[in-house]
Amino acid sequence: MAKVQPRNEMPRQDPQARGRNFNEVALGYSPEVALAEAQRCLQCKKPTCIEGCPVQVRIPEFILALREGDMWGAVTALKDKNNLPAICGRVCPQETQCEEHCVLGKKFEPVAIGRLERFVADWEIGQGVRTPEVPAPNGKRVAVIGAGPSGLTCAGDLAKLGYKVTIFESLHAPGGVLIYGIPEFRLPKSIVATEVKYVQSLGVELKLNSVIGKLFTVDELFADGYDAIFLGTGAGLPMFMNIPGENLNGVYSANEFLTRTNLMKAYLFPEYDTPIMLGKHVAVVGAGNVAMDSARCALRLGAEEVQVVYRRTKAEAPARAEELANAEEEGIQFHYLTSPVEVLGTDKGWVRAIKLQKQQLGEPDASGRPRPVPIPGSEYEMAADLVVMALGTRPNPMVFTDTPDLERSKHGTVVANEVTGRTKKQRIWAGGDIVTGAATVISAMGAGKRSAADIDAYLKSPAEPWWAE
Amino acid sequence: MYRITAREDLAPVTKLFKIEAPDVARKAKAGQFVIVRIDEHGERIPLTVADYDRTTGEITLVFQEVGKSTKQLGTLGVGDQLASFVGPLGRPTEIENYGTVLVVGGGVGIAPIYPIARALKEAGNTVLAIIGARNQELLFWEDKMRSVSDELIVCTDDGSYARKALVTEPLKEIISADRKPSIVWAIGPAIMMKFCAATTQPFGVKTIVSLNSIMVDGTGMCGACRVEVGGKTRFVCVDGPEFDGHQVDWNLLLGRQRIYLEQEKRALEVFVAQQHQCKCSAEGK
Repeated sequence: MAKVQPRNEMPRQDPQARGRNFNEVALGYSPEVALAEAQRCLQCKKPTCIEGCPVQVRIPEFILALREGDMWGAVTALKDKNNLPAICGRVCPQETQCEEHCVLGKKFEPVAIGRLERFVADWEIGQGVRTPEVPAPNGKRVAVIGAGPSGLTCAGDLAKLGYKVTIFESLHAPGGVLIYGIPEFRLPKSIVATEVKYVQSLGVELKLNSVIGKLFTVDELFADGYDAIFLGTGAGLPMFMNIPGENLNGVYSANEFLTRTNLMKAYLFPEYDTPIMLGKHVAVVGAGNVAMDSARCALRLGAEEVQVVYRRTKAEAPARAEELANAEEEGIQFHYLTSPVEVLGTDKGWVRAIKLQKQQLGEPDASGRPRPVPIPGSEYEMAADLVVMALGTRPNPMVFTDTPDLERSKHGTVVANEVTGRTKKQRIWAGGDIVTGAATVISAMGAGKRSAADIDAYLKSPAEPWWAE
Repeated sequence: MYRITAREDLAPVTKLFKIEAPDVARKAKAGQFVIVRIDEHGERIPLTVADYDRTTGEITLVFQEVGKSTKQLGTLGVGDQLASFVGPLGRPTEIENYGTVLVVGGGVGIAPIYPIARALKEAGNTVLAIIGARNQELLFWEDKMRSVSDELIVCTDDGSYARKALVTEPLKEIISADRKPSIVWAIGPAIMMKFCAATTQPFGVKTIVSLNSIMVDGTGMCGACRVEVGGKTRFVCVDGPEFDGHQVDWNLLLGRQRIYLEQEKRALEVFVAQQHQCKCSAEGK
């Protein structure tokens, strides 16, 4: 066997410079480097990488085409399973998915599948995305609620099968968390727009500004003639800690902070109309990807220091290792084993500090992670003029308006079959964060894909029972 | 895009638009609001529904020009299009026959109180109404309000028209007389609603207010609009906009309304300068 070359790094903006601009951090492979990385693939006869991919991308096939210079072949192999490759190439946690399963990774470093995926997808965008052939309409209509990762994937797959699909999106722009949550420097909005346009080019109709539950209920959509409904409305409700001072001026939910920054482009205020509070000393509570996005946005908005406060240790932090590393490189400070107990304000009602309490790790809790146990008497103050609560999100109950027969769990998620996405209500499927609670873009896409397959199977031959335990 | 089909200047700074939005008009109810965005650079502006017409598919909005966005909105006219129009949002007013009810509309709050008064009237209530504004110029819809009220009291702060009084004065007179209403609705600037609630509290008359907090998405996603009601954090956009005025933490609401004062001032200055420049160059041609 030939000597295995080391995995090729992807060039990134210098940490000093990038901390002050919203341009994309990771710059992508050059053709030469992409080719070199593609050469590292062993082209396994039984590729295990595919098993690690929630949407089963034909990974060795697209890498082989890339290696042979057949770029359109690579595009075709990639997009056969993945309607949004330029997005996945950027935001998938490949290290726990395809790349974790890469055989090369057992002894060496795995093939940089995500970076190659991004390279192929970006190449296609550079060429001008080709409109694929779509089959003749089969006469059936599907309503998809939510234009986020699961909805776009489900809609795209169904359109490729001849269904007339309408996506209803509550915001004024499509993309869901891809557009309101994930910042420009991690996922440029032009990339999201291109991928959405591709889904539209498959014949999918997009209705923006349409809040299902308010404008129409799901039952009204059925009455309007839709044969099936897919719910992909995500987990959009922010959680707060319910501690004193949380409603002071200067405390944001991460959702609000990121929505203002990303969707509303508050970083370009006043060229864009939406304002945002700017902090010099910003505290971000939480250590997931959303917390990292918030911290890094705060830095780019001009903060002098950004401090992440997390009640467990780095080992338990839910953010991708890469995102933690990016944040550290940019100078964001981390305070592990600390948790806020109060937000302190000035007499005018603005945040001046947060009161923190030290924690120690105890027995594992329901999540399997060690439970943080407060240390009495360890309280101290940290100065902060802006606090961002990045504590996770729950599904928005709005879509369930007047639909009591859609069973939900006590966490507010909708009950759905893990494989098919079927809910307890006939002809309604659901997938993504609305079912799982806040998770990843790719797992939502996987769910959208599986639901699309089951919608197709069911509408072709509606076998009973609808629900089996 | 959503077309403006009618425009009426109710006062120099108070404008009425009718917007073509049939789906929203089909569902809208008194007490709900919509979110509009003027153009691609625009912010999302929450505005309470002033009226709806299910046959023509139009929503009526009334707004006061305060900052950059509402001033820009005020430059639009019939045929112009809005980039977004989302609704109907929030919970509708709980309309039933309560017997005698009292509605109070202050300033631009006269607009959203009108469909509530009408719905209460249609439900069989005896509707007493008070409308007020700082001066005669800012007063509007007296006729419309009269048409849906059994009795209407009109007042201005400066006495330039009708009775010289703040709305809280006739409010107190009515609730302390023997025609005590079952419920009061008060809509207007936060400070007016605060004092209306303070006026009725000693009399134990339930007082519903419609809160106008800062919002972004208007669907429960961001929490910008959070207020404390009865000691609990609530989102105005999905839990409201109507709440029990006696339970609202008014100082918190008033404080949170001031979050962006600095930025709003700056945006307005830039806008005014741009408008001035446009006019000058247009005149130069």
